[in-house]
Amino acid sequence: MDTAVTAQKKWWSGGHSPFNVSYGKLMMWYFLMSDAFTFGALLISYGTIRFMSTSWPDPNEVFHSFPFVSHTAHLPLVFVSLMTFILIMSSVTMVLAVHAGHMRDRKAVAKWMVWTIIGGIAFLSCQAWEWTHLHELGAWWGRNPFANADGTVATTNFTNFFFTITGFHGLHVTSGVILNIVILSNVLKGTYDDRGHYEMVEKVGLYWHFVDLVWVFVFTCFYLL
Amino acid sequence: MEHTHTAVVHDEHGHDASTKSIWRTFWILLAITIFEVGLAFSFLEWHWMPRLFLNSIFVGLTILKAFFIVAEFMHLRNEIRNLIMTILIPLMLFVWFIIAFLADGDSWKNMRKDLAPGKPVPPAMHVNTEEAHH
Repeated sequence: MDTAVTAQKKWWSGGHSPFNVSYGKLMMWYFLMSDAFTFGALLISYGTIRFMSTSWPDPNEVFHSFPFVSHTAHLPLVFVSLMTFILIMSSVTMVLAVHAGHMRDRKAVAKWMVWTIIGGIAFLSCQAWEWTHLHELGAWWGRNPFANADGTVATTNFTNFFFTITGFHGLHVTSGVILNIVILSNVLKGTYDDRGHYEMVEKVGLYWHFVDLVWVFVFTCFYLL
Repeated sequence: MEHTHTAVVHDEHGHDASTKSIWRTFWILLAITIFEVGLAFSFLEWHWMPRLFLNSIFVGLTILKAFFIVAEFMHLRNEIRNLIMTILIPLMLFVWFIIAFLADGDSWKNMRKDLAPGKPVPPAMHVNTEEAHH
């Protein structure tokens, strides 16, 4: 991919990728674009329902707990900020793995992949705790114990959207962790040294960053707004 | 694992520059997130600005974070224009998507409010009354 790119190059005249990337990487981009529409559809439907509701539960009242801290403590946003930090951090270790791949430094790739996997598992553990905690409070699909901000009884829209969207995102994190483990085992086996490049690390890296990207929107839509 | 590592030649200059930009992006993302959370806390405490204004800031900062993740972490900034456009142009559908659906939700809410049982018919609908003249 490091061929000199001149302004006169005719990208669409054939013989080479007009996007200057391999087929696999381009398809990963298109897959992520379609996934962006899937998440977008979910988040926009959530927004639509929220816009048509006269009142809605206050996220600062719903999400105010932290593990090992008394349930009466009022700590809005703290736990979800930790989750956000974990996911951003694992995105950083993923770029560092991709970067080490460019250097063909197998040991460094493996090291950063391991950290990324740990970050992913830590995020999933946090989410598992949050879900368990909410479930204990009586929240689930079809059940909403939280009142609206104006004190009226809320519909189950709030919990339905929360569990569906964070669940769908968590599913993406889970498959990302699995993909990362597969890639890590290939790295350790030396598959990519034999192949001569670490492009697979870049491809799962794109997926992993996308998962982080979606979380940025989920964080804003469910916890901040 | 007895593969020879002929290619493990570190390009120290390039290594430094990209590692630096990775960490720079990390600090930017972290700073934006901390700022958002701080803003949310200060709002909870003092309610010092209109909610709509606060939400616009949150949405703006979210888009900024998304830009940094896509441009730096996903390296889209360093790809050629063709690739950037083939990804970004379809995503512009979101502009219509968001406006149309949220406006629809809002109008649904207004209808439910205005046409709620027992609610008097709003003045605008009394065509033959005196209020209609001004």
